[in-house]
Amino acid sequence: MSIRTSTSRKVFLAVNAALLTLVSLICIAPFINLLAVSFSDKTAVAAGEVTFLPVGFTTVSYEFITNSSKFLDSLIVSLKRTVIGVPLNLLLIVLTAYPLSKSRKDFRARPYFSWFFVITILFNAGLIPTYMVVKSTGLINSIWSLLLPGALPVFSMLVVMNYMRSLPKELLEASYIDGANHLQTLLRIVLPVSAPTIATVTLFAFVDHWNSWFDGMIYMNRIENYPLQTYLQTVVVNPEEFIRNNTDLSGNLSKYLSLVSARTTGAAQMFLAMIPILCLYPFLQKYFTTGLVMGSVKE
Amino acid sequence: MQPKLLRSDRFVREFPLYLMILPAVLLVAIYSYGSMGGVIIAFQKFIPAKGLFGHQQWVGVQNFHTLFSMPNIGPVIRNTVVIALGKMIAGIIVPVAFALLLNEIRSRLAKRVFQTLVYLPHFLSWVILSGILINLLSPSEGFVNILLSKIGIQPIFFLGNAHAFPATMVVSDVWKTFGFGSVIYLAALAGINPALYEAAVIDGANRWKQTLHVTLPGLASIIVLMTVLGFANILNGGFDQIYNMYSPVVYSTGDILDTFVFRLGIEQAQYSLSTAAGLFKSGVSLIFIVASYYLADKFTGYKVF
Repeated sequence: MSIRTSTSRKVFLAVNAALLTLVSLICIAPFINLLAVSFSDKTAVAAGEVTFLPVGFTTVSYEFITNSSKFLDSLIVSLKRTVIGVPLNLLLIVLTAYPLSKSRKDFRARPYFSWFFVITILFNAGLIPTYMVVKSTGLINSIWSLLLPGALPVFSMLVVMNYMRSLPKELLEASYIDGANHLQTLLRIVLPVSAPTIATVTLFAFVDHWNSWFDGMIYMNRIENYPLQTYLQTVVVNPEEFIRNNTDLSGNLSKYLSLVSARTTGAAQMFLAMIPILCLYPFLQKYFTTGLVMGSVKE
Repeated sequence: MQPKLLRSDRFVREFPLYLMILPAVLLVAIYSYGSMGGVIIAFQKFIPAKGLFGHQQWVGVQNFHTLFSMPNIGPVIRNTVVIALGKMIAGIIVPVAFALLLNEIRSRLAKRVFQTLVYLPHFLSWVILSGILINLLSPSEGFVNILLSKIGIQPIFFLGNAHAFPATMVVSDVWKTFGFGSVIYLAALAGINPALYEAAVIDGANRWKQTLHVTLPGLASIIVLMTVLGFANILNGGFDQIYNMYSPVVYSTGDILDTFVFRLGIEQAQYSLSTAAGLFKSGVSLIFIVASYYLADKFTGYKVF
């Protein structure tokens, strides 16, 4: 009996391992293929010869896009947006979460403010009203249209608030008794012990800014103001456009045109856009997981 | 101590807290509440040149009449619910199954490697994923169809065939989200008391029986919770994904409320109609969100806020 069980168990474990390997491959293979395409010769790509290794290895697609002013413009917009946007998000998250983490006794208006923020999660005004407000505040074509409307990520703020609320009361009381004011307590006591949560919401903010494309599409009228993902979207939807747009630009680009295709340059651009995410991936995996579990399984 | 003194004392103590919260309150007041005020467009014959809060002509619910007499509004709502429900159901079954299978892997290293690989799509935007999928699913040169033709199946135009499109959206959404979606179930699995398994073994339960009588009941409450919370998204078909992969040939099954609102508002500049459609979506969603949060609290004691 026990031998039979262990045999079937062995079979199960082997099948299970094979299945999970297959599933993992399905998740990762498209990206390996993308990388291979970006380094391949365009005729080999068009003939469908490229799977996981480059065929006719060449870096010409990368040379083409790193010489393309549109790609570089959009990269700069994205970097700007991330460098200003993430600290702005963090500042507002911390400045909002701290007062809301106080008890009602210490901050009488707390419940009203809590509802004020929570309501924005429950009800979405929709596309046109939001667009009209951004337009009325004069942000069309400005980088601030990508920064101000979502400057306070309410969900992240609630995660931080819940964490701050769970800190031992004695810690804060000791600080107040020592004569520290709210700002000093926040900076010297609360923030250092909240580091893991702050790391989580920082990464949330980073991924959000890096991956956003829709706001760029509706708030920016000129392609040179597009952030990277918005620009990529135009390349994805209309691949031939990219090559055509770039033909008349500069002399040194035209020499590449016979060597690249929309497929290879598209792959190269998508891969470059993935790099920041890949670099942060170990941290993303760690802190997103804790963030998710913190936000959902609290018992 | 006099009450008057106490009150001013309190104000002095609370004043910095007001100051801290002020910037966020202002921004949210302008951009979130300002937009909420802007839904009045839905009840006006809106002329953009006059400004958001300018003197516009009121037309009552006429925009809603026009909206609901449009021939495609019915299919759009149906498509939205079909795609959202499909994603919701598959988005629970697949991550749970994956978590259960991964839980059986003993090697910690192997577990870690599997997790690292399957989480990746979650962190990438639908722009990049759509770019990849459009190539992979192409009927002539896409890898998936080449594979299908090798086993003797006719090529399928996944993104250009109205019958295949909704399923393609559900499957590709599962592909992006199942790995990371399993995190929550893995956490719940790790929280099951090992003594329960020991007791089951003493009672003569084999692995399958243990899964049935210990593991699944251990996951039941989190599965119920995720199902209930999922209903909050009943009208979210997934704009980012669909907008980047659909085309007019699949509008009959692939056009959802969000893409409809977008085309109506941004492409056709029908501001009032688009706002009305958006308000319809937000209003119905609000009911589902509040109901799902209420039920989550009632069934599992989970408080969202």
